[in-house]
Amino acid sequence: MNEASILDIISPVMVGPSSSHTAGAVRLGLIARNIHGENIKKVKIILYNSYAQTGEGHGTDKGLIAGLLGYKPDSTIIKDIFNSQDMVSLEYRFEFRENFAKHPNAVDFIFEDDNPMTISAQSIGGGEIKVCKINEFDVSLDGKFNSILIVMGDKLGAIAKITSIIQKYGANIATLNCDRKTRGQNASLVISLDNEISADAIEEIKKEISPHLIRYVKKLEY
Amino acid sequence: MTIKTFEELKETCIKNNTEIWQTAQLQEAQIHDITVEEFRARVNKTLSAMKEAIKNGMESSVLTNGKMGGFDCAKQKEYYKNNPCIYGKLYEKILCYSLATSEENARMGRIAACPTAGACGIVPSVIISMGEIYNIDNEKLINSLIIAGITGQIISFKVKPSGATAGCQAECGSASAMAAAAMAYLFDCDTDKILNSSALALKNILGLTCDPVRGFVEVPCIKRNPFMALHAASAVEMAKAGIVSVIPIDDIVDAMEQTGALMSSDLKESSRAGLAKTKTAIVMEKACFTKKYYSALKE
Repeated sequence: MNEASILDIISPVMVGPSSSHTAGAVRLGLIARNIHGENIKKVKIILYNSYAQTGEGHGTDKGLIAGLLGYKPDSTIIKDIFNSQDMVSLEYRFEFRENFAKHPNAVDFIFEDDNPMTISAQSIGGGEIKVCKINEFDVSLDGKFNSILIVMGDKLGAIAKITSIIQKYGANIATLNCDRKTRGQNASLVISLDNEISADAIEEIKKEISPHLIRYVKKLEY
Repeated sequence: MTIKTFEELKETCIKNNTEIWQTAQLQEAQIHDITVEEFRARVNKTLSAMKEAIKNGMESSVLTNGKMGGFDCAKQKEYYKNNPCIYGKLYEKILCYSLATSEENARMGRIAACPTAGACGIVPSVIISMGEIYNIDNEKLINSLIIAGITGQIISFKVKPSGATAGCQAECGSASAMAAAAMAYLFDCDTDKILNSSALALKNILGLTCDPVRGFVEVPCIKRNPFMALHAASAVEMAKAGIVSVIPIDDIVDAMEQTGALMSSDLKESSRAGLAKTKTAIVMEKACFTKKYYSALKE
């Protein structure tokens, strides 16, 4: 589902100057916030390649921070985000690296707070984004669907249990993406849904399979 | 099934006896699971944002983020006050509106990315200028933006609209092909001529690199927008006369994909070559650029 629709092509309405480097950055910040949770205290952000080299000129740093704080890509505050009141409670630092094995517009969010977590993602053009790694697990999240993200031990029948809970709560599965490094090791699972699912369903999955990590990641509305 | 090529688009239009915008809006409503009316309302929201960006840009002469632009639209307007554009009012409006939007973008103002922010001045300048000069109603302008949209969408299946992926041909080039399609429709061209307008525009920007000075979407991006908008207008003029692109548009998109893949990453939004590394650009870079962004680059 990495295909652009007509609406993707003629939007977003955003503050400039770059869809991949500004709006894409805001959306990356937003999805990292959706995955990590809103209570962000301390974060290190590593920018790679084109993001590192031309990020400042494009307001990439402002965009990423604005997204982490929950602002939309068309918020006129982005330009002045570093002077905004929201910055008081956020500790952050940027690093800049070159690594051509990575996408030209790649970013790592390293959360160093009560909820430590590393999220690797990229801005793939026209404001579209992709989350490709959470901690050491390969995932594939584009923010177009409400998704359930799970990292769990490799247990027999776990996926069947999860999908039956999803079915019970009346949600329809659009895509299901699973990754496991080696047999018996942890596996990651991204389940994209066509509709919404209640917090109760997530709690029930949690009880049933005791995952290391479970997140309900809301789709990006803009 | 999503329409993947311009050939399929044309066949679908013939089979269903529809115009491109009708085919496109039906498909898009299905993809998003919304009604055609809801889809058109969303397109109208983009159109409104485009109008607002033009309005704001036409009234401003505030310096851009990188301080390399922001005053040119005002200059052009001032010039036209005493020197009416010899190519006519349409040319004048397209030139000013595309400059206005691009400058607004570089000020971190609110614009509609179409298909990207760097190319945001091209499609709106053509559609809104046509609307004003020929008194075209809003519904028809929405149709034209839908046509621009599906043109960009089909190109994007092969070449993502990103300078970092395939150079400026994928951003301003795609936008020019989109603008040409919209404009041809607003001149009441048939499906063949609409596709041919896009083909002529796209074919003649292949190889365009992305080499922004100091990494800002300013030089050459701001002035490139009016060039690419008027480039679209030239394509439409030729298509209206019956001039046909020898290479059909689907093949041109293939060529653009290959050209983008062969293009050095130094010329794809990394500011490591081309205009970004000219003598003048290096002097500007040394004078202005915060060093911290380079010092930490090499691990």
